[in-house]
Amino acid sequence: MNLVYVRYEVLRTIRNRRFLIFSLVFPLILFLTVAGAHRHATVDGIGFPLYYMTGMAAWGAMTSVISSGARIAQERSDGWSRQLRITPLKTSTYFAAKILTGYMMGIFSIVVLALAGTLLGVRLGATGWLTMLGLLLVGLIPFAVMGIMLGHLITVDSLGPAIGGITAIFALLGGVFGPLVTSGALLTVVKGLPSYWLVQAGKSAVEGGHVWTAEAWIVIAVWSLVLARIAVRVYRRDTAKV
Amino acid sequence: MDHVQNATERARDQVETLRSPKVIRVTTSERTGIRLTNLTKSYGVVKAVRGIDLTINPGETLALLGPNGAGKTTTIDMMLGLIRPDAGSVSLFGSTPTEAVDAGVISGMLQTGSLPHYLSVRELVTMMASLYPHPLQVDDVLRHTGILEFADRPTTKLSGGQTQRVRMAIALVADPEMLILDEPTAALDVEGRRDFWESIRGVAARGKTIIFATHYLEEADAYADRVVLMARGRIVADGPPTEIKARVGGRTIRATLPGVEVAALEALTGVASAEQRGEGFVIKCTDANSSDSALRALLTQYPQARDIEVRGAGLEEAFLDLTGDETEGTSS
Repeated sequence: MNLVYVRYEVLRTIRNRRFLIFSLVFPLILFLTVAGAHRHATVDGIGFPLYYMTGMAAWGAMTSVISSGARIAQERSDGWSRQLRITPLKTSTYFAAKILTGYMMGIFSIVVLALAGTLLGVRLGATGWLTMLGLLLVGLIPFAVMGIMLGHLITVDSLGPAIGGITAIFALLGGVFGPLVTSGALLTVVKGLPSYWLVQAGKSAVEGGHVWTAEAWIVIAVWSLVLARIAVRVYRRDTAKV
Repeated sequence: MDHVQNATERARDQVETLRSPKVIRVTTSERTGIRLTNLTKSYGVVKAVRGIDLTINPGETLALLGPNGAGKTTTIDMMLGLIRPDAGSVSLFGSTPTEAVDAGVISGMLQTGSLPHYLSVRELVTMMASLYPHPLQVDDVLRHTGILEFADRPTTKLSGGQTQRVRMAIALVADPEMLILDEPTAALDVEGRRDFWESIRGVAARGKTIIFATHYLEEADAYADRVVLMARGRIVADGPPTEIKARVGGRTIRATLPGVEVAALEALTGVASAEQRGEGFVIKCTDANSSDSALRALLTQYPQARDIEVRGAGLEEAFLDLTGDETEGTSS
């Protein structure tokens, strides 16, 4: 791993104001206004501020990791990818830097939301916080892979709407803004989404590890593997030496 | 072509071997420089490159000269491993293009492409330097390429010429054995061009191999040791600049001269060659100066000359001339 290269990748991301607005400012404002208004309510068995804090942290971090990879689309269109392909930079390092950057920004969103949560009365023990953070990071894997895939699949023009749309749909269906479905056949479908488990990561902080079931691991693993397969395919198609 | 290497080159090989373990496999015996063998590439029905054979010695500065569509960029992209040839092969110091790229032995400046956002010029060059096994000092490169004064400006706030200088700095900071430049001066003004070639001369003086594509005869003439002329995907001429210039940069005098011998015309000042076509003659001169002298001598010695016509061959025309009777679509 080339640390100088990674450092400048991170720097480029931090300096991108639009990136910060969507991955950090939006979720934070939503949290403070919505959770602030329902500080003492409970939802799905846990306090509303905790539920909403995890939801917003998940949404912000999800946006971070997807956007980071998807910015490959910009570098492709600039011809920068071609320039990088004639340097010794390994493709794996290129992707790793994108994922690492996305995760760093994602962790930043989570930490800021956690602080905001504390402000609105969310109290968790050290184990609770660490469980939530750890499980959120696991749950983000498919979205990081999805970012890389989108980076080779879409054009710069559709980058914004694609990321906005995809994160909104996953967030909404997964229950990030509040549980959409709580029972029935639809719940089975929703449980198949990685974003559902991002929300459960917050619940597990209070209710314990049993909330994060074997099903969670399977859903995350299957999404990650399938998306990785697609990402490899679109990457190969994109960089085919015609 | 003489492949004997002199003592300096051998010494350089040894130094490089010490500096970078990755270059060890480039041993002196293997160090055949660059070898393109029957390199061929088509895009659908368009035959971009039609079987090129070319050997380039280490330390040479070679110009790939040709009009647009001659196949220069396709050839360069194959040398850099960006495009896979349909047939034939590229060997760079005994390695494949991909191996050479991975070892940091070659670097290049592509014809198109903009710089990534949210970085200053210095940060970008530092980032690129970090990718190579033994890069040059970033500040030295910034100074040599004349970008020190705007090194702290964001990459998005540069003029076309400045951007081009930064792209060159990125190629130079790698300190490669071979530098490939695809129409490097296209976005530069006159002064920028002069500075650019000044830097390239410095690189060449350190014994590096430089290959650049251009459609300017003057550039090829002024800065290359050797010019390879491409047209319609083929090499149509290969030689020192003076020779190529004589073939494509020349002037042609046509005149009707009854009762004059070819040999007598060829003896005139400034005449490179002459041939007879009936009563008329086609006299070739290497450049404008020599055609002027030739014309003066001609009129003095043969006042009977009539129907005199002097033409400067444009590159395009010269290429078509060189490719001769070949018509589009035939590929022998």
